[in-house]
Amino acid sequence: MVKLIAGVVGIVFCLALLWGAVAPRTAETPDPVAKYHLAPRDVSWQNDNPGGLAVFGTFDRAQLQRGYQVYKEICSGCHSLKRVAFRNLTDLGFSAAQVKALAKQSDVASIDDKTGEPNTRKGIPADKIPGPYANEAAARAANNNALPPDLSLITKAREDGPRYVFSLLTGFGKPVPADWKVPDGLYYNPYFRSLNIAMPPPLSADGQVTYADGTKSTVQQNAKDVAAFLTWTAEPTLEARRRTGIGVVAFLVILTILGYLSYQRVWADLKRRKPEMLPAE
Amino acid sequence: MSFPWARHYEPTHPFMKYVDSRLPIPRLVYDSLGGGYPVPKNLNYFYNFGVLAGVALVVQILTGVILGMHYAANTTIAFDSVEHIMRDVNGGWMLRYMHATGASFFFVVVYIHIFRGLFYGSFKPPREVLWLLGLVIFLLMMATAFMGYVLVWGQMSFWGATVITNLFSAIPLVGETIHTWLLGGFAPDNATLNRFFSLHYLLPFIILGVVILHVWALHIPGSNNPTGIDVKSPADTVPFHPYYTAKDFFGLCVYLTLFSIVVFFLPNMLGEPDNYIPANPLSTPALIVPEWYFWPFYAILRAFTQDFLFIPAKLWGVLAMFSAILLLFFLPWLDTSPVRSNSYRPLNRQFFWIFVVDVLVLAYCGGQHAGEPWLRLSQICSIYYFAHFLIITPLVSRIEKPLPLPNSISEAVLKKHTNTGAPIALQPKGAGIAELPASGQPAE
Ligand code: HEC
Ligand code: HEM
Repeated sequence: MVKLIAGVVGIVFCLALLWGAVAPRTAETPDPVAKYHLAPRDVSWQNDNPGGLAVFGTFDRAQLQRGYQVYKEICSGCHSLKRVAFRNLTDLGFSAAQVKALAKQSDVASIDDKTGEPNTRKGIPADKIPGPYANEAAARAANNNALPPDLSLITKAREDGPRYVFSLLTGFGKPVPADWKVPDGLYYNPYFRSLNIAMPPPLSADGQVTYADGTKSTVQQNAKDVAAFLTWTAEPTLEARRRTGIGVVAFLVILTILGYLSYQRVWADLKRRKPEMLPAE
Repeated sequence: MSFPWARHYEPTHPFMKYVDSRLPIPRLVYDSLGGGYPVPKNLNYFYNFGVLAGVALVVQILTGVILGMHYAANTTIAFDSVEHIMRDVNGGWMLRYMHATGASFFFVVVYIHIFRGLFYGSFKPPREVLWLLGLVIFLLMMATAFMGYVLVWGQMSFWGATVITNLFSAIPLVGETIHTWLLGGFAPDNATLNRFFSLHYLLPFIILGVVILHVWALHIPGSNNPTGIDVKSPADTVPFHPYYTAKDFFGLCVYLTLFSIVVFFLPNMLGEPDNYIPANPLSTPALIVPEWYFWPFYAILRAFTQDFLFIPAKLWGVLAMFSAILLLFFLPWLDTSPVRSNSYRPLNRQFFWIFVVDVLVLAYCGGQHAGEPWLRLSQICSIYYFAHFLIITPLVSRIEKPLPLPNSISEAVLKKHTNTGAPIALQPKGAGIAELPASGQPAE
């Protein structure tokens, strides 16, 4: 009886599916974006190494500092970085005093103790890095109704994040295909999901920032540095994670070997005395 | 419980005697995981996965309870609180990556565990109730994992919740009401997040309860084994401890090593980048996909594209998706072949492997966008999925001629080991029924 009902149910499901599979369906309209969209370019950073294995790689501190500089001097005009506090910048190799000085350069929204009126005060290391706009409406108003996303997590929020950010920043100014339309106020960028991005090319010429460490400041270099910096903002615990991981895995590998040996030892007895009792593997 | 030759707990120390006569927990442990539980001696590595699933559950509960101390179930700050865990809580990144990766590993383990049961016929009498309890655990796990993923309140959390809860609105007449009742509103919102957190915290402990019943049901007939034949004599078994404690410990080490490699070096491998974008009800992601462990069922859901028999396609999809899991509850009565193990079922074995490939293809399709060729491929694979359980399995179990079964587990083991191919009667006398020393303990 169970089998009979099952058979009937099975046949009905199969027919419904079969009908779906053979019924004519409207042809899919090919996605016009797919024709020109490009996958992120192949670049690598010190923290990817060796060979992209991402086991031992650590951040290049000097590069992170340069990237922070690019963010501060260029991107911070439009993008917030609200999950990062000034105090976190010590991870980049800044001293506590340097961080204090950096924080002090920013004004942070506050409330006047005496009057209760909103005002601003000098930043302290415990503050999160303040963003450029008071709220989303202000951000949209200033950017042609587009919203510059917060960059703290951007490299984890996009497929192949660091490479994507690098490619996006260096992907402006490519010739627009003849059959592609770029509306006013948008810019052609083949790495962006819809090809037309509302962000004006932020890195348009070499030498936009002047690096203190003497590194040559090209668009490529700026993009690479800021992408490295944004890798750190998205995953500040990356180095600690890998360091812990190496210890944990090494410990477990040894434990596994010991576990295997004791397993063999426990069963060996059975095997030696009574080979016919060997378990079938 | 279990076999007449099982050893019994005999406390020697006065304190243990005292405890044993008042609250016999040591006895319980000894009889269920210790020397007092005889287990077939021929279990292979696939039999490690039950213990691994138990460990995976404990890992989820331990990491989850600590995450819950820092997590805030409120739509305005849920995402921020997860990032707070990742950045500011000591070791928070490790807890969260363990919990997220742990859920995936839990499913890997449970899927292997289920397929093991399918191959060796562990769902057949006398283990039907054991099988049914396992499926209850599986359903609860899916509900738990689904709600846990929503807690992050990222884009994929929100839109996954939207898509999945919308399924209920396909139910005729009462669908909309159920949908609103489940969500506590018309779309996922604060009420939804709060109840999901509450349930996500509760369900793992219910799972734990069902796991205890599952293990209890296991200990009545004892473990099945790769030959699928019953234990006949003491020669067929070894005590769980030390034999399988040693083997399970080794398996656990391998599991934890693989788990750690993913947690520490590839923690976002199994996740969706979109879930690092805070939930935004006004912006729909280009591709909404659930977590990978739901993909086979998601593919079945989407495979129904045409109204049929006056039932709308969407309802077909929902019915089929739930049926795809629920039909497993009927399996013990669909597959009525008296032979358990597929090692002795030449015809069924072939369908089993086709089924394995079928599910893998379905899983792949479920992660792709719902267009060609994936759609048609999922339709074909869904046909096989239902045909396999509802039509082929019942038929095969009737017509198949199984291979001759060995007389006992020991005989099967011996045959495999000596590999002479000679009939058992020609083996040295007594070889197949060697016994443990009288003490039952392996000699030093
Ligand atoms: C003049 C303002 C402005 C500046 C300066 C600017 N951006 Fe943007 N950015 C935007 C806007 C507006 C968007 C939203 C684009 C859209 O959605 O079409 C955006 C989007 C982005 C995105 C997300 C693209 C996506 O996939 O959604 C990234 C990454 C980005 N910017 C990085 C940067 C970096 C790095 C810098 C500094 C080098 C920078 N931006 C400087 C305005 C700016
Ligand atoms: C059956 C066991 C469990 C499973 C399968 C499970 C699964 C999940 C999943 C898939 C997520 C989303 C992970 C992510 O992408 O970040 C999650 C999140 C979460 N879970 Fe669980 N979970 C389990 C047990 C528990 C328990 C017992 C608690 C205790 C409160 C808990 C608390 C949390 C919390 C607070 C979050 C949100 C924070 C985060 O994303 O890490 N979980 N769970």
